[in-house]
Amino acid sequence: MVCSCENGKETDFSLLDNIIEENRDNEGILINVLHKAQTHYGALTPQIQKRISEGLNIPLSEVYGTITFYHFFTMVPKGKYVVKICTGTACYVRGANKLVEQFSEKLGIEVGGTTDDGLFSLETVRCVGACSLAPVVTVNDEDIFKRVSAKEIDDIIAKYK
Amino acid sequence: MIDVYIDNKKVSVPEDFTILQAAKEADVRIPTLCFLENLQKIGACRMCLVEIENTGRLVTSCTTPVCQGLKVLTHSEKVRKARKFVLELILSDHPTTCLTCEKNTRCELQDLAAEHGIEIVPYRGDKSDRGKDSAANSLRYDGEKCIYCKRCETMCNTVQTVGAIYSKKRGFNAEVGTPFNVGFQDSVCVGCGQCVLNCPVAALKDQDDTAKVWDAIMDPDIITVVQVAPSVRVTLGEEFGLEPGTIVTGKIFAAMRKMGFDHIFDTDFGADLTIMEEGYEFIKRVKEGGTLPMLTSCSPGWVNFLETFFPELVPNLSSAKSPQAMVGAMVKSFFAEKEGIDPSKIRVISVMPCTAKKDESKRPQLGADGWSDVDIVVTTREFAKMIRQRNLDFVNLPDEQPDNPLGMSTGAALIFGASGGVMEAALRTALEVLEGHSIENIDYKAVRGLKLDGVKEAAVKTKIDGKEVEVKVAVASGLANARKLMEKVRAGEVDYHFIEIMACPGGCIGGGGQPIPTNTEVRKKRIEGIYKGDSSMELRKSHENPFIKKLYDEYLGEPLGEKSHKYLHTHFKEQKYYNNIKK
Repeated sequence: MVCSCENGKETDFSLLDNIIEENRDNEGILINVLHKAQTHYGALTPQIQKRISEGLNIPLSEVYGTITFYHFFTMVPKGKYVVKICTGTACYVRGANKLVEQFSEKLGIEVGGTTDDGLFSLETVRCVGACSLAPVVTVNDEDIFKRVSAKEIDDIIAKYK
Repeated sequence: MIDVYIDNKKVSVPEDFTILQAAKEADVRIPTLCFLENLQKIGACRMCLVEIENTGRLVTSCTTPVCQGLKVLTHSEKVRKARKFVLELILSDHPTTCLTCEKNTRCELQDLAAEHGIEIVPYRGDKSDRGKDSAANSLRYDGEKCIYCKRCETMCNTVQTVGAIYSKKRGFNAEVGTPFNVGFQDSVCVGCGQCVLNCPVAALKDQDDTAKVWDAIMDPDIITVVQVAPSVRVTLGEEFGLEPGTIVTGKIFAAMRKMGFDHIFDTDFGADLTIMEEGYEFIKRVKEGGTLPMLTSCSPGWVNFLETFFPELVPNLSSAKSPQAMVGAMVKSFFAEKEGIDPSKIRVISVMPCTAKKDESKRPQLGADGWSDVDIVVTTREFAKMIRQRNLDFVNLPDEQPDNPLGMSTGAALIFGASGGVMEAALRTALEVLEGHSIENIDYKAVRGLKLDGVKEAAVKTKIDGKEVEVKVAVASGLANARKLMEKVRAGEVDYHFIEIMACPGGCIGGGGQPIPTNTEVRKKRIEGIYKGDSSMELRKSHENPFIKKLYDEYLGEPLGEKSHKYLHTHFKEQKYYNNIKK
């Protein structure tokens, strides 16, 4: 097991090393490995990217390029609760952009950001497939809030505090 | 074979041809931008659009395969309008400051705009902001000018397997660059410049050092010493309209004199000297059981590559300095002593086919007694620019000779410019030293020629201490080939004694600092020029160069001797990279 100091905490890379080991000789495996690594570690930090690059023998430029291409991947750890606002066509015409502004203001973060206490991250998502419920907000992809209006925002945030 | 009609002209082509290939067969030129022959066909730039006659559909000719009876229009009204539209869109996110651009009059995008009669760019909108990187020793990046053709990415990843740059982000923010924006200097970039050589615009360019050279020439307190690499003499003419491979050695020396350099020496002399030191080093390693295979170390892109990706093979690299460094070292020691010049007043300037030579000249271990072997490096392209700045009629300059005592050279030195040349030159000397007599047939043709994929091999029988030995050698150029070969060396799967590697495909004649375009056809012509030059030389073995003999007699003593060790040998070490990425 190899550990490394980060923000005073020890990061345990043994699981990452296992993921890399299992996939080492498979071609086109990068996205899979990134997916698993992010699921476990919460974010693909530079250190994790370097380790994946060396382990899979893929240039760091390609690892980084792939991560920055896909919306799904993140390099900064996400909050405990990930608030996603659907900005698909139906939600958009029913005021999703206003919701984005208001959530952003109330949480004090930009889209893609995480609150300082690590509790909330704010994201937008393109169509969750529930257009009849527009505008839709989800939290951690589990809790779904339908036909959200501006005055409900405080209640939604309070639920997770 | 199937029949295809390009602008009503019938051609028979293989079934797996694209429309672009078929058009070439029909002698019809279709403009391209992102296309790289045999390397990249991605249909990204849309410049090569053509019309399928019966459907009226526009398709990218670089990606669309032909089919029986296909009728293609390459310059219909629809096609012309579409191409113009594509260009206008590209230009809407590209600066139109051509007059002050390094690539002015030498830009593919500018040529296409002129060709398509673009007079205004009708679209206004955001310009993408990709930043700049001027901090690297070898090259510079100006993101504002990038048109995202990805030719650099393909050269860096497919041809060189370096992987310093890759596509990042998406949509309007997409760019090609280093991870975490660390910049070239802190990345795994080896400085080979193949990206620069293939950039259609001025997004990637030489780290321009021409102003420094003019400053040195104009400074009355500074003594300038210039040298020119072997391959430059078969490529520089292209910058002035001559055919690739035309030998312009005498004109180069004439131009240098007119430009005002104080002493004109030749890297070819350094190449002869490198062969002496490297040849004797090889013999010593074979006789005394040293680390084998010995690897050549005169290509700085290759040396960077090995130090970065194969650090465990560092002991295999020949400790002999590269020819440019040897000339520099001899100028500042032997020549300075002889002429009574203070070495600190000397500036050694090299004209190189190579962007990585700029990086090499900054290696702290290349120098002695407080000075650097080489002070300023300019590429073939930069030197051509200086000739133009000096308003010289290069093509009509009468031939001149370099100065002595560091100017005379042999055919063995000239062939350093092509892949296989260092090996052949080394064999010409090493085998004679081993056998103790002159060898008639010195053309080692197995190691010659352009091999874009794979390794050239040869086995030569000789006698070492009375015992018959078969010396096995290998030659590769292009770092993808080098990587495959080094993986085998590392795994102990091959038993070569001596391996020559050049970072750039085809060797220095295909170097990152050479005239644009450098493609397969051009490379072949340059190689022909090199061997034609070699066969017409009076002396073709480095150890027969009378000034080399004199240098050893008067100054160095013997190859691998004490003075050689101090001035002509260096050391290498593992390169760490990505040191500046925050955790």
